[in-house]
Amino acid sequence: MAAAEGSGAGGAAKPLFAGLSDVSISEDIPVEGEITVPVGSRSPDEDYSTLDEPVRDTIMRDLKAVGKKFVHVMYPKKSSALLRDWDLWGPLVLCVSLALMLQGGSADSKEDGGPQFAEVFVIIWFGAVVITLNSKLLGGTISFFQSLCVLGYCVLPLTVAMLVCRLVLLAGSGTVSFIVRLIVVMAMFAWSTLASTAFLADSQPPNRKALVIYPIFLFYFVISWMILTFTAQ
Amino acid sequence: MAASDQLRFHEFDEAADLLAATPDATTTSVSERQSHVALDVGSSYDENEEGDESDKTELLSGQKQPPSFWTFEYYQAFFDVDTYQVLDRIKGSLLPLPGKNFVRHYLRNNPDLYGPFWICTTLVFTLAISGNLSNFLEKHGNTSFRYSPQFHKVTIAGVAIYCYAGLVPLALWGYLQWRKGVCLNVASYTLLETVCVYGYSLSVYIPASVLWLIPVSWLQWLLIATAMTLSGSVLVLTFWPLIRLDSRAATLAALTIVLALHALLAVGCKLYFFQKPVYAVPLHSAHTKAPGGAQLLTASHPRLNSSMTTPLRF
Repeated sequence: MAAAEGSGAGGAAKPLFAGLSDVSISEDIPVEGEITVPVGSRSPDEDYSTLDEPVRDTIMRDLKAVGKKFVHVMYPKKSSALLRDWDLWGPLVLCVSLALMLQGGSADSKEDGGPQFAEVFVIIWFGAVVITLNSKLLGGTISFFQSLCVLGYCVLPLTVAMLVCRLVLLAGSGTVSFIVRLIVVMAMFAWSTLASTAFLADSQPPNRKALVIYPIFLFYFVISWMILTFTAQ
Repeated sequence: MAASDQLRFHEFDEAADLLAATPDATTTSVSERQSHVALDVGSSYDENEEGDESDKTELLSGQKQPPSFWTFEYYQAFFDVDTYQVLDRIKGSLLPLPGKNFVRHYLRNNPDLYGPFWICTTLVFTLAISGNLSNFLEKHGNTSFRYSPQFHKVTIAGVAIYCYAGLVPLALWGYLQWRKGVCLNVASYTLLETVCVYGYSLSVYIPASVLWLIPVSWLQWLLIATAMTLSGSVLVLTFWPLIRLDSRAATLAALTIVLALHALLAVGCKLYFFQKPVYAVPLHSAHTKAPGGAQLLTASHPRLNSSMTTPLRF
């Protein structure tokens, strides 16, 4: 029906483009020009390959990520940045520095010394693994390495406490210095426990939260004890 | 009104016996506060995990295959407890009542490994720390005393406690299985329940080891006696119904050995971690090695001008 109407209307009106067939290009006007198509060469920067960047950029990026997480631990807000991009560089640095500062006496000394480097290292890592397994077995939804990351980063306040204790011990080792050390260690222990609880508590089933938090409390308590009883040899 | 009395919750003793008859039944337990119903359907809390679909299809198909030994879910079944359940079990081990068998009344076919493991760990660190503190407090006035953290005590405490809490239940379970084969009246708990009972029975030593810091000698021995009575009675009340129908000699022997090992652990811990210093006996040392694995050592250090601690020599 539409075609019949169209042809009827077309027959009445002037056909479209009627004059076009009369246009012709005379042969003495040259037609010339240039057609260039830009070749789609992508520069290497758009590829975002980190293989070609200078080493300094790589290291600075990782250091900035670690530093950002340190700031998150010192001011614990409920943010998921610590959990999302986990890394174990920070915990390794903290654990090694704490173990170096804590090791007491040489291996062949006859006195009952403090913990050796290996003992501190094993306690921190093995303790963190056991707590992570515990929270996963109780039904937590956090992944293994995320939990290790949080527990390792939250050792930062205790490392700061260890530094302060060593400085205080340089000044003297009487009762006053003991009280100062006790207060500092207790404050940092509370800070560590609260920081790690703030990050980890949400991922646990609601009526098992105390079961998950108690081992974390015990873990930081043992580390605090090791820091408090450190005596310079 | 009598109707309100009928509506109140009553403890049914027959339920405990029914549980004894069918040890494989899963139970629903309603707490007295009516705040939570614990259903034993395995890992029921992972609603956000991707494995949820496979769990749902298994439930819907009506048949739940037990998870294999090598999967994670197999071990999750051992940690299927809530906070109030763990607290209840600890309370039950601290105050044993003659009518309440720990396994039937508190575990109710839901033994867990959380309690035994963390109670043992806490006990290890509590013993080491209290021992160190009592050492310090005793020798504080002594001018030649030099404080040292004595970190090796943690290792020794750990080995002793974990061996006791792991190997003794295994041995007892093995013995009961053997007696079950010999004499038909003897029943047995599962290995997990035995480990669970032993783990929870050690919980009374945690406050005891903290209170041992008080340097009053008769109080310390009173504490040992109380702690041993409480935890020993938990064990005896739990295992008595199993072996009372056995021959008299075997029953007595089993119970005596159980209690003797328990006493050995308590006394050994007290004497090793909270030892009194021995002064100036020249080069005289006496060892007594006890079969429970703890070593009682009285020795004097030949170097009298250094610390007065008495290190353990293996």
